[in-house]
Amino acid sequence: MPRDQNLRDYIPGGILSLTEPSIQRPSAQSIEDIIAAASAELESIQDLAALDQWRVLYLGRRGALTMVLRGLASIEVSERKAVGALANQAKTTLEDRLKERVRQVNEESLKISENRDRLDVTLPGRPALKGSLHPTTQIVREICDAFVAMGFGVVEGPEVEWDHYNFEMLNIPKGHPARDMWNTLWVDYDDPEKEKAMLLRTHTSPMQARVMESREPPIRVVVPGKCYRYEATDATHEWHFYQVEGLAVGEGITFADLKGTLYEFARRMFGEERKIRFRCDYFPFVEPGVDMSIDCFACQGDGDGCRICRDSGWIEIMGAGMIHPRVLEGVGYDVEKYTGFAFGMGPERIAMLKYGIDDIRHFYANDLRFLRQF
Amino acid sequence: MKISLSWLKQYVDVDLPVSELSHRLTMAGIEVGEVEIIGGWTEVFVGHVTDVRPHPNADRLRLCVVNTGNEEMEVVCGAPNVAPDQNICLAKVGAKVYNTHTERYEILGPAKIRGVESQGMICSAVELGLGAENDGIIVLPDDAPVGASLDDYLGDVVLDLELTPNRLDCLSVLGVAYEVAAITGKEVVEPEASYHESGVPISEQVKISVADPDLCPRYTASLLQGVTIGPSPQWLQDLLIKGGLRPINNVVDVTNFVMLEYNQPLHSFDYDRIKDATVIVRRARLGEKLTTLDDIERTLCTDNLVIADANDAIGLGGVIGGANSEINENTINVLLESATFNGANNRETAQAMELRTEATLRFEKGLRAELAPIALRRATALIQEVAGGTIAPGIVDIVSEEGAEPAVVTLTSGKIRRMLGMDVGLKQTQETLTSLGFTWEVEGDAALKVTVPYWRNDVNIEEDLVEEVVRTIGYESVPTTMLSSPIPFQHPVPVMNLRDKVKDLLTSAGIQEVINYPLVTLQQLEQVRQLDTEALPIRVANPMSSDREYLRTTLRASILGTLAANQSHSIGPFRLFEAGRVFTPREDDLPDEKETVTGLLAGLRHEPSWLEDETHMDFYDAKGIVELVFERLSVNVTYQPAEDPTFYPGRCAVIETSDSVVGMVGEVHPVVMERLGLDSPQVAIFELYLEPILAALPESQRNFEALPRYPSATRDLALVMPADVSAGLVTRVITGHRGVHHAELFDIYVGENISEGSKSLAFHVYFQARDRTLTNEEVNKSLDGLLRTLDRELNVTLRV
Ligand SMILES: [Zn+2]
Repeated sequence: MPRDQNLRDYIPGGILSLTEPSIQRPSAQSIEDIIAAASAELESIQDLAALDQWRVLYLGRRGALTMVLRGLASIEVSERKAVGALANQAKTTLEDRLKERVRQVNEESLKISENRDRLDVTLPGRPALKGSLHPTTQIVREICDAFVAMGFGVVEGPEVEWDHYNFEMLNIPKGHPARDMWNTLWVDYDDPEKEKAMLLRTHTSPMQARVMESREPPIRVVVPGKCYRYEATDATHEWHFYQVEGLAVGEGITFADLKGTLYEFARRMFGEERKIRFRCDYFPFVEPGVDMSIDCFACQGDGDGCRICRDSGWIEIMGAGMIHPRVLEGVGYDVEKYTGFAFGMGPERIAMLKYGIDDIRHFYANDLRFLRQF
Repeated sequence: MKISLSWLKQYVDVDLPVSELSHRLTMAGIEVGEVEIIGGWTEVFVGHVTDVRPHPNADRLRLCVVNTGNEEMEVVCGAPNVAPDQNICLAKVGAKVYNTHTERYEILGPAKIRGVESQGMICSAVELGLGAENDGIIVLPDDAPVGASLDDYLGDVVLDLELTPNRLDCLSVLGVAYEVAAITGKEVVEPEASYHESGVPISEQVKISVADPDLCPRYTASLLQGVTIGPSPQWLQDLLIKGGLRPINNVVDVTNFVMLEYNQPLHSFDYDRIKDATVIVRRARLGEKLTTLDDIERTLCTDNLVIADANDAIGLGGVIGGANSEINENTINVLLESATFNGANNRETAQAMELRTEATLRFEKGLRAELAPIALRRATALIQEVAGGTIAPGIVDIVSEEGAEPAVVTLTSGKIRRMLGMDVGLKQTQETLTSLGFTWEVEGDAALKVTVPYWRNDVNIEEDLVEEVVRTIGYESVPTTMLSSPIPFQHPVPVMNLRDKVKDLLTSAGIQEVINYPLVTLQQLEQVRQLDTEALPIRVANPMSSDREYLRTTLRASILGTLAANQSHSIGPFRLFEAGRVFTPREDDLPDEKETVTGLLAGLRHEPSWLEDETHMDFYDAKGIVELVFERLSVNVTYQPAEDPTFYPGRCAVIETSDSVVGMVGEVHPVVMERLGLDSPQVAIFELYLEPILAALPESQRNFEALPRYPSATRDLALVMPADVSAGLVTRVITGHRGVHHAELFDIYVGENISEGSKSLAFHVYFQARDRTLTNEEVNKSLDGLLRTLDRELNVTLRV
């Protein structure tokens, strides 16, 4: 019986005596012997495979108890009933003990594997690949999203522009002293007529004229994009930077609407409690022209000793104003019918304020140690 | 523009603290930058020297008796210019003065100098922080109030105004005074300008004509005779210095003073050096020469306006005077000019000559012509006051039609409501305008006919007046409302949406966005072998520096530069991309700005870690990214071997849709790597061209494909083929075969058991039908067909 040979490996000693139970005449004593032997062995078994072997040995089709039941026919009829009941009871007993032992073995083996599988959870994880949008992109999106929520669309325009759109259509004719406000990088362009000048746009404002030329009011758009100036760089100036321009034109648009729109923007960008303030400023393409400040979110407008607002309690964040009638006339709009407002801001400045960046030159130096912080 | 508060106070009462004044000016659009405090002295007084005696123990020192009003004290002084009967600045013990030896401010203590007790110090300019002068003591004017605190007498506050180009008026002290008056509700007192005339009328002594009134709408002049040229009185010099100008002589100083006071630039000619006493205001003759006050001989053209005598130009109108008519110490008779010049022409001339003078700064912005005679009379009176002489009766005043009309603008309350979204009462409007110096007449019941004062050149239309009103009453009084007009339909901008989507895909694939300058050098383009010397990129005409001269035609140079810069402090992995525009010139038009995304992968495949291997990224990492992008965009593309000078031959593919090139992917050529000093085994680059991708986007982004309802059957095929048959081609044939759903390439093998010049590719091939479970026979039949096709078309056979 090769099967019994295998069993020797698992159940040491004393089993073979039970392997031919059918030869015996079953008795109450023999059943108790089986229970005693089986229980003793059961306690010493440590793994599930051996438990299964044990089950076969005692409870299986050719197991000890089965043999007892099969041997019932060979005993007195008077004893048969009692011994049969004992045998069945013994079967239930052994099955219960097996179940309990299986539970115990499972529990012990789980404990062992828990110990074996323990990790040093303080070791760093397997690095995932990291990538983020440039902080300017993030802020530009945030700004645009704030206006999109107020019904504005987002459009873009060319970075290389005609003088016509960058200046003339914006009420800054040739020779106008206000041109000094924008130190311009001119493009080397050989115009056969010698009339057109090409440049790197100094602001996103040329899109005001382009958008208005291309459609009728009502208009609500924001225009993000790169701008260029002939300017030395320092901690607060870059020759290459972004702007977000905004424009709303329609019937009955007033300075009060400008205030409301920009107030809503300020709250979305800088928090619900923000206050806004306007002061008079000059841009040739708006009249009246203003500069908008928010109360400082770092010191809550307190000002004293604040590095962000330099003690003032206020932070200038954008220029704005009612679109100059000459700009509206220039694109062929009826100035008696339509009014509008425009605004423009520097996303780098806003990012610097929000994130506490002290030098604008970080933005386009592309040091990954900077970029990865955002 | 620097404005001295003490000067300002000569015209308007200022009782606000400086910080409040600065704030309110700033809010009204006159931004106050730096505020400079002059003085701030304690224990320094105006003293009077009553006696000067030699020092008993030192030749170079003297003992001065100084009266400070109620006491006399003895002070040791080493200055060579100290003399009896002078008013001086006396620092008493306890004063803080600058010590030129220690180069620090120090508190003055009692001192014995060469054995004599000194009870104070007579100060030089440098000791009081009033300038660099240290050769002698400051001698105060005779009318200085002896005994007064010097801070009360000389102390001042100078406001540095950061003016916007429209507010020309605030380049003058009076202009600022009117602004302050409007803010504070005070009145401005303009200076006296009356004088006594005598002798022969000016009209008989000089002949003036304006030949080109378009460039000179108004020309006024006066004549002073018998003046004495010399230094200006101290008060005049002090104010000029505070205004940022250098004193020269009394006549020139007055012209500069009146310019700072009224804004009107004036010019003084030596009358006796004007040939034939004739002045002609005309365009210059082509090639005409003029040596200007800065001793430069300039060659003029007909766009330049000159002031000329009978023969030659004697000044460049409104820009700079000529050396040939300059006031000097021998000048006796002065012809004083106060004129209005055409702003645009003045600016053009000044720019052409690279001469931005105080005069052009003002003329170019368009001074009002009414100002010319006002300033002329003020300056004439003042010159007589400081330089003596007599004034010839009358002035010359040549004014063209457009010259002298004051600007009149109508303002309606309807306009105010339409612009601001609120009503401003007529009375409040009137008061506001009056406070700013505007005059008005009521027109009907809701309009004002407003006359703009002579010092304001920036108010020309009704909207300008609305701004005057709102900036004065304050923007906080305007209500805050939301746009109530209908929301326009916003047409999507497909290329922006695509760019955003690609950016998001790339960052989520672990690639960092960078943004570079679009201006590059030719060398940078040459380094990545993208310079076409036949068609140079667009050039900036006035580059700031040679490294920012050309508009880039590729993003590769910039992003490789970013890699090189970051390799100095990191070993990677470097996974970068930039989304930007490249510029190509177009005939008679703005350049084509092509939206491009260029990505770069270099260095370790994973962050250095205790877990990972140390392999480096290569071509296939880049291609994997590209595949991800096109998969997510639902654009079907193919990859074809390509040649591109930037890339290593044989490791470069062009990405194509059925009708256009939509990208490139490849490993950077070792030559390029070496030129840029790149320190990686290889650098892989991918490039996506957004416009053609846009054209290839499916109409609707995605169509749901039903999940398979029947199981697939798999067969593994090990195939042998000539080495030059591409995996892409074999894959395409397999997946295109009838019955095949898809295939996965899982092994590539070259070596033992494979003949020279061949390679083996192994695929899992999945067979599947939509409508039923394929039988074994069907799968085998399909497979047989596939093997026959592979053999026939590509010389691919089953490996045995
Ligand atoms: Zn603050």
